[in-house]
Amino acid sequence: MDKALYLDLYKQMVAIRLLEEKCEELYQKSKIGGFMHLYIGQEATGVGAISARQAHDNVITAYRDHGIAIACGMDTKSIMAEMFGKITGCSKGKGGSMHLADVSKRFWGGHAIVGAHIALATGLAFADKYRKSDAVTLCFFGDGATNISYFHEALNLAAVWKLPCLFICENNKYGMWTPIEKVSSVTEMRRKADAYGMPNDLCDGMDVLAVREATKKAIDWVRAGNGPYFLEALTYRYRGHSMGDQRAYRTHDEIRKWQTEDPLGKFEEVVLKAGVPHAELDAIDDEAKRLVAEAVQFADVSPFPANDEIWTDIYADIEPERN
Amino acid sequence: MAVLTLAKALAQAMAEEMERDSRVVVWGEEVAAFGGTYGATSGLLEKFGPERILDTPISEGVIVGAAVGAAMNGLRPIAEIMGINFAFLAMDQIVNHAAKVRSMFGGQFECPLVIRTTSGGGRQLAATHSQTVEHLFAHFPGLLVVAPSTPADAKGLLKTSIRSDDPVMFIEQATMYSDRGEVPDDADYVLPIGKCDVKRKGKDATLITYSKMVGVSLKAAAQLASDGIECEVIDLRWLRPLDMDTIYNSFRKTNRAVIVEEGWPTYGLSAEIASRIYEACFDYLDAPIQRVAQKEAPLPYSGPLEKYMLPKPEDVIAAVKKVF
Repeated sequence: MDKALYLDLYKQMVAIRLLEEKCEELYQKSKIGGFMHLYIGQEATGVGAISARQAHDNVITAYRDHGIAIACGMDTKSIMAEMFGKITGCSKGKGGSMHLADVSKRFWGGHAIVGAHIALATGLAFADKYRKSDAVTLCFFGDGATNISYFHEALNLAAVWKLPCLFICENNKYGMWTPIEKVSSVTEMRRKADAYGMPNDLCDGMDVLAVREATKKAIDWVRAGNGPYFLEALTYRYRGHSMGDQRAYRTHDEIRKWQTEDPLGKFEEVVLKAGVPHAELDAIDDEAKRLVAEAVQFADVSPFPANDEIWTDIYADIEPERN
Repeated sequence: MAVLTLAKALAQAMAEEMERDSRVVVWGEEVAAFGGTYGATSGLLEKFGPERILDTPISEGVIVGAAVGAAMNGLRPIAEIMGINFAFLAMDQIVNHAAKVRSMFGGQFECPLVIRTTSGGGRQLAATHSQTVEHLFAHFPGLLVVAPSTPADAKGLLKTSIRSDDPVMFIEQATMYSDRGEVPDDADYVLPIGKCDVKRKGKDATLITYSKMVGVSLKAAAQLASDGIECEVIDLRWLRPLDMDTIYNSFRKTNRAVIVEEGWPTYGLSAEIASRIYEACFDYLDAPIQRVAQKEAPLPYSGPLEKYMLPKPEDVIAAVKKVF
């Protein structure tokens, strides 16, 4: 066991879980608005996959982006401030929960038009390949996004241009409130990659080490110049699609069954069995709680953007016309 | 100065900019091996090789999406959409991504991107291949929209667009690629963003127009001059941002305006410009502003019907006579 690695993976998953639980509470208190999609249950997928990247590799995802942001190393304060709509947020309060990003971490967002960012990912990858960088672009998306034209256009382009792109499908079984088998002619997402001659693999998205290993293998393949790769991670979201979701479309039995697979609980057992004392994990939990509390405090005291802020960042070359 | 077709002027602009800046890349359907449906990318593959000019699948969504992603990640792509009617398939990438990635992420992302496309009717391609809809793109803050009317402008405006750090919709008119004109050889021939060009001076009425309709308006103005009416013809060049100051100054001199566009008038460019003139220059108004535009029907295939629907010099002359 690589103890430092295990503790780091644990720390990130705890950070996500606690952040998301706090976000849920703050949403109910109307501190956070808009649409918000929690990552609870899927922590192992984002953390495991991103732990396998190098710092110059790109990450891009959809709107369920809080966990990916944490896994990319984003500062919790700028995440929380963004959700509060404050000027100190990563996107100056203009993007909100669905549009977190940190270009310094090569985390390219947080995108809320289903599937559109899969097309952006091909461009990110093209730019690195063009510059002869060996960077790989990790593009996360849900099972629901595999039915939109962008998915097919992007996979095809990535394959014909041999782009250094790793497509990671977080299959959580539901596209919004609809089970995947009702809307997808194939329910094994990786088989869609076969249509584009793209090598693909499946991993247990509830097992952080399994995701990490599968991602490492995939990244190695892509970095070696072989073109794109498709990885499907089977996972489950414990909360609804977004806030306000009553979850009536899923049975309690189904949710309970997946909760026995809790990625955080399962990994905690692995770490404890490997001989890490409980107290060390408790200390990590406490530190994560402290960071979340500090982020909430920071977001709370930060100012909202001034009204004039609406005119900034629209154009690089010209002053926008004001009305 | 050399006399070039508009297509050659575009190719020259792209070649010069690719020479100048290795971040400039070109992709689209049939742009490389075939040289572009209208020949505007002819010769680029031989000169710059397949790493910098790439044929794409027929996939408008990812043609633009990949260009936005590459622009965010440091390149300066030129993405060609074969026709503006197909830009509807990429509309989400254009309006939800190209136009917004800078502002929605608080200025973290750049998007120096040119989307070249072809607009307009006049080739008997029927309703889905003949639309003039550039004003739709001009609706969105975050985009620049430009449409040249001459080969020289095509070169200068395309070079400006490629050098711009903002996403530009560069819209060419489908029947103008073989138009010929003198084009400056200067490799730094650029034209300012958001400035229109007075193509003919006049004191009696202001004709406000762009792209193909500049030629139509100039023909009308020449005939009107023989009747003693001197029209000023303003070529907008940029649909966003609009250079309203030049328009107001002309209108305050002539007190009469006719706006000429190839597309439909409802919710169109002429409606916007007329409204602004009314708001800013009401006291200078000698007659209601007239609009010349396409008839409000899907454009049919049949040659005579197509001619009937598109604005002609006679329509402009009739409209000018109404403001006196």
